[in-house]
Amino acid sequence: MDMMRRWLDLLAGDPQADRAVPPTGFTARLTVLSAFAMAFLAVFALALSLATGRLADRWSSELAKTSTLRISAPVGQVDAQRDAALAVLQTTPGVASARALTDDEQRALLAPWFGPDLPIETLPVPQLIEIIEDDAGFDVAGLRARLQAEVPGAVLDDHTRWRAPLVEAASRLRLLGIVSMILIAGATAAMITLAANAALAANAQVIRVMRLVGAQDIYIARAFIRRFTLRALTGAAAGTLAGTLAILLLPRTDVAGGFLTGLGFQGWHWLWPLIIPILAAVVAFAATRHAALRTLKEQS
Amino acid sequence: MIELDNVAYSYGGAELFSALNLSLAPGSFHFLTGPSGAGKTTLLKLCYGELTATAGQVRLFGADARAMDRNAVAHIRRRIGVVHQDCQFLDHLSVAENIALPLTVSGRTAQPTDVTDLLGWVGLTRQAAQTPPELSGGERQRAALARAVIMSPDVILADEPTGNVDAEMSQRLMALLLELNKMGKTILIATHDLSLIRTAKAQVSARVLRLKDRKLQLAGADL
Ligand SMILES: Nc1ncnc2c1ncn2[C@@H]1O[C@H](COP(=O)(O)OP(=O)(O)OP(=O)(O)O)[C@@H](O)[C@H]1O
Ligand SMILES: [Mg+2]
Repeated sequence: MDMMRRWLDLLAGDPQADRAVPPTGFTARLTVLSAFAMAFLAVFALALSLATGRLADRWSSELAKTSTLRISAPVGQVDAQRDAALAVLQTTPGVASARALTDDEQRALLAPWFGPDLPIETLPVPQLIEIIEDDAGFDVAGLRARLQAEVPGAVLDDHTRWRAPLVEAASRLRLLGIVSMILIAGATAAMITLAANAALAANAQVIRVMRLVGAQDIYIARAFIRRFTLRALTGAAAGTLAGTLAILLLPRTDVAGGFLTGLGFQGWHWLWPLIIPILAAVVAFAATRHAALRTLKEQS
Repeated sequence: MIELDNVAYSYGGAELFSALNLSLAPGSFHFLTGPSGAGKTTLLKLCYGELTATAGQVRLFGADARAMDRNAVAHIRRRIGVVHQDCQFLDHLSVAENIALPLTVSGRTAQPTDVTDLLGWVGLTRQAAQTPPELSGGERQRAALARAVIMSPDVILADEPTGNVDAEMSQRLMALLLELNKMGKTILIATHDLSLIRTAKAQVSARVLRLKDRKLQLAGADL
């Protein structure tokens, strides 16, 4: 509560104190520009973390529940083997449902590679059966053994082979996104500290005079803190807006399975970017306060 | 108010003065004279906590200056009005804003009438909106005096407050300082201007101190 009031006080400002310390136009513009750039980057890091987080969740939860059975057989035997496989699956404990994909569905799967209207009936395309497990799951080795005996052309793919590295990669990407955000915050703090130190050095004589007439360190520091916090907030707000717009304007196609285009925000996640300017302001506040109080201590 | 006990000071090299004693009683009026370079400005700096004595003790309002942290010094400075030899203004602010600065930095809002009254008192009403570099030397010194008194301090330390003004203006400034003394303020003025000292001695019982050869002595009646 007290903290809150101090913040509001600070942002409301003391116009007279602000006038006492002359603004340095160059430092001001550089600070706003850097905050803009950092916020822009932070939006992408944030989007990356959220999107890869979603992917990892989906791959590990949804796909974990499904497997695929592929039947490759001479054209005449496909139907017979399919029915045999379905019969085996129906009597396998742990299988919630098993369903052969229709020609249309198989054609849709191949369309990204071979184009539309593929004459799938005349091609030796394997028949796919989608298996959905129940919560208990089935015994993969046992099912493989039964299938080998009864449906020689069947190959069971329980997806773990390609799912595990993908989930791993998605988690790693998410981690990289989070690390990037931390690095961006650190770089922002460093840059604000440098800018604040430059402003403090440029105003050494002003600070001297303010001290001579009885100004306390915190009063002098506040003039700098307020200024840099507002600059960082302004720059970061603009940068966040620009970054969010850029993501909003990403081309949206679902053809490629939404992997690349999944880089974005969904639902209430659109609120996440709002924390970037706030975070930038908090970082600027802390960095300037630290730099100012330290410099003022050294200068006396 | 301000007491110096066996104080010595040196800027690293030889001692500027040593074994110096001074006590400014409430309501007293002192002059500080001495050759250029004797250390008058340095002595004043000890009195408002800008410098710390290399030996001895400086007590400001009863507190040991050496033991004060920066916040305490800031508070002490609000009770001591200083006219600096080199004025020390913020050149990007107007004269009126500079005069109000001690109020501003202590978190009080300057009453416009206070500033206007003071500007009239030192004859700078016309120059209120100008910046300090646009003023003449004497105008700057008058503005410095106005800034020194705006907080209604208990003590006023003035370093050559009439260094750049003509005889008439210096008499007027002296009259202002005498008026402040009558209001009960403790005053210490460093100056070379003997006529100024004579004017004052005619009106108040001012003590004249002479800083020379590293010693502070009470000047004789020959002034
Ligand atoms: N910051 C400093 N560093 C080193 N020496 C200094 C410093 N300030 C003053 N001095 C030296 O100390 C001596 C006393 O200086 P001070 O300004 O106190 O003299 P003053 O009596 O006020 O002279 P004036 O009448 O010319 O104003 C001078 O010789 C000066 O060179
Ligand atoms: Mg001097």
